[in-house]
Amino acid sequence: MDFSGRLPHAFTTPGSSSFVEFLASHAPDLLPSHRAGGPGAAGPGTSGAQLAPHATTIVALTFGNPGSPGAGVVMAGDRRATMGSMIANREIEKVFPADEFSAVGIAGTAGIAVELVRLFQLELEHYEKIEGALLSLDGKANRLSTMIRANLGLALQGLAVVPLFAGYDLARGLGRIFSYDVTGGRYEERDHHSVGSGSVFARGSLKKRWRPGLDEARAVHVAVEALYDAADDDSATGGPDSVRQIWPVVVTVTAQGYRRVPDDELAAVAAQIVAERTEQADGTRAARAGLARPTAGLAPEPPGVPPDQPDPTHQPDEGGDAQ
Amino acid sequence: MSMPFYVSPEQLMKDRADFARKGIGRGRSVVVLAYDEGIAFATHNPSRSLHKISEIYDRIAFAAVGKYNEFENLRVAGVRYADLRGYSYDRADVNARGLANAYAQTLGTVFTTESKPLEVELVVAEVGPTPAQDQIYRLSYDGSVADETGFVVMGGQAEQLGRDLGEAWHPGLTLPQVLRLAVATLGGADAHDGDPGQGIPADQLEVAVLDRTRPRRAFRRLAGAVLAGLLEHSPEEKPEEAPHGS
Repeated sequence: MDFSGRLPHAFTTPGSSSFVEFLASHAPDLLPSHRAGGPGAAGPGTSGAQLAPHATTIVALTFGNPGSPGAGVVMAGDRRATMGSMIANREIEKVFPADEFSAVGIAGTAGIAVELVRLFQLELEHYEKIEGALLSLDGKANRLSTMIRANLGLALQGLAVVPLFAGYDLARGLGRIFSYDVTGGRYEERDHHSVGSGSVFARGSLKKRWRPGLDEARAVHVAVEALYDAADDDSATGGPDSVRQIWPVVVTVTAQGYRRVPDDELAAVAAQIVAERTEQADGTRAARAGLARPTAGLAPEPPGVPPDQPDPTHQPDEGGDAQ
Repeated sequence: MSMPFYVSPEQLMKDRADFARKGIGRGRSVVVLAYDEGIAFATHNPSRSLHKISEIYDRIAFAAVGKYNEFENLRVAGVRYADLRGYSYDRADVNARGLANAYAQTLGTVFTTESKPLEVELVVAEVGPTPAQDQIYRLSYDGSVADETGFVVMGGQAEQLGRDLGEAWHPGLTLPQVLRLAVATLGGADAHDGDPGQGIPADQLEVAVLDRTRPRRAFRRLAGAVLAGLLEHSPEEKPEEAPHGS
């Protein structure tokens, strides 16, 4: 600012409705992409994953029939951030409202991603205030793409951010999902998608569980279940934590706007999934025991098992294959 | 440009002030009124898209009269100021006083140093957690700032309308009551007859509120059926909650 205290010329220059462009011209040091990774910031043997907390799995899926009142999209993220093999945070939130009709979830280096989301939210709100109109869903997706592209230098040093963007398209009346790569490439996904370390397992689960025309409650269930499957096989993804009452962040975006699913609903969904899986595991165990001892229940106690040794036919509770 | 004759500074300032006042007086009035749950803004504006009232930040709104291109420029600058401040500090650190100061400096500098003063008058209002914490700043073309309580009228026959409003307004009015009061005041300016409130149809009004009961962004435009419904309520009646997201 100059010393008269008046607003600098950058503020009164007409033209751009973009906050990012305004920052780039007036205060470029505030842009996340301005941060220069020093030479050798990530030398051989050092990866970004060890330097800073890493956010993991995000899933998104559409529900309802396009054009019908119940159409929309669900996005869910687990609550774990890891640093190498350590759990850096078990309560991190990785799914955010981008604006009233869209949500953004992040995987990758948590610090940069959270900053990027903050800037993205502001970018959309800034446009809305200056233009007096919402950006189209494609317009929002393209803005995010530009912002990811600016982070490419850091991504090559191991500090990548990979968001997942989903929103309700007001013009077409349906939920849509966009995925990105570190170069800013933008891809529209059909039906469902997941990103992050557990995404492989989550995607498998989504493929089996997603159906066209799901209702909202069922779609939330499918999303939580996909995260459960990801947490089952990926150490960096956290499952529902009933001890600390930490549930995934699950949001829905419909014609009514953005809604975060409340924790008590999620607790019920998680309990239902755990109950289903426990039942399956019990069934598997019982079947296995039945195969090992076809006459079980009739025969006397099998000899040869000393009382202080575990029964070899008894499977331990943990580590059993749920499927 | 050469200046062949001596003009006293008093005369220079007076000429500029007269020039700016004339420009501002030509337009239609904007009224700003505090009510129990927020601050309401209203003006007679047939345009759906060229607004005189807009959102600046979560709890801050802006209203202006005068030359559209000049106040639009200031409005955009205000949005940039607030967003930049909120981004570099925190959303809670953006307040109306800081913005009013920045506007005042800008208007004052232009008034004294540039060849033409800005022909605008602004209100920057911030809604607080209680009516006592609401802030309404009125900024004139020369950079002077007034901290107003309760209500402001700018533009048009502002003085006359301000006197009318001062007799009718009191703290604790509800939204339908202040809107009817606003429409009556604006209608009085347009019609000059004994039938206030009927002068301006609802679709010719630009109305917005800063509603302190809303969680983050307090600003909301009222138009169409919602506005017509609010204006129809008799002042004694408790209004129903207006539909969300209009």
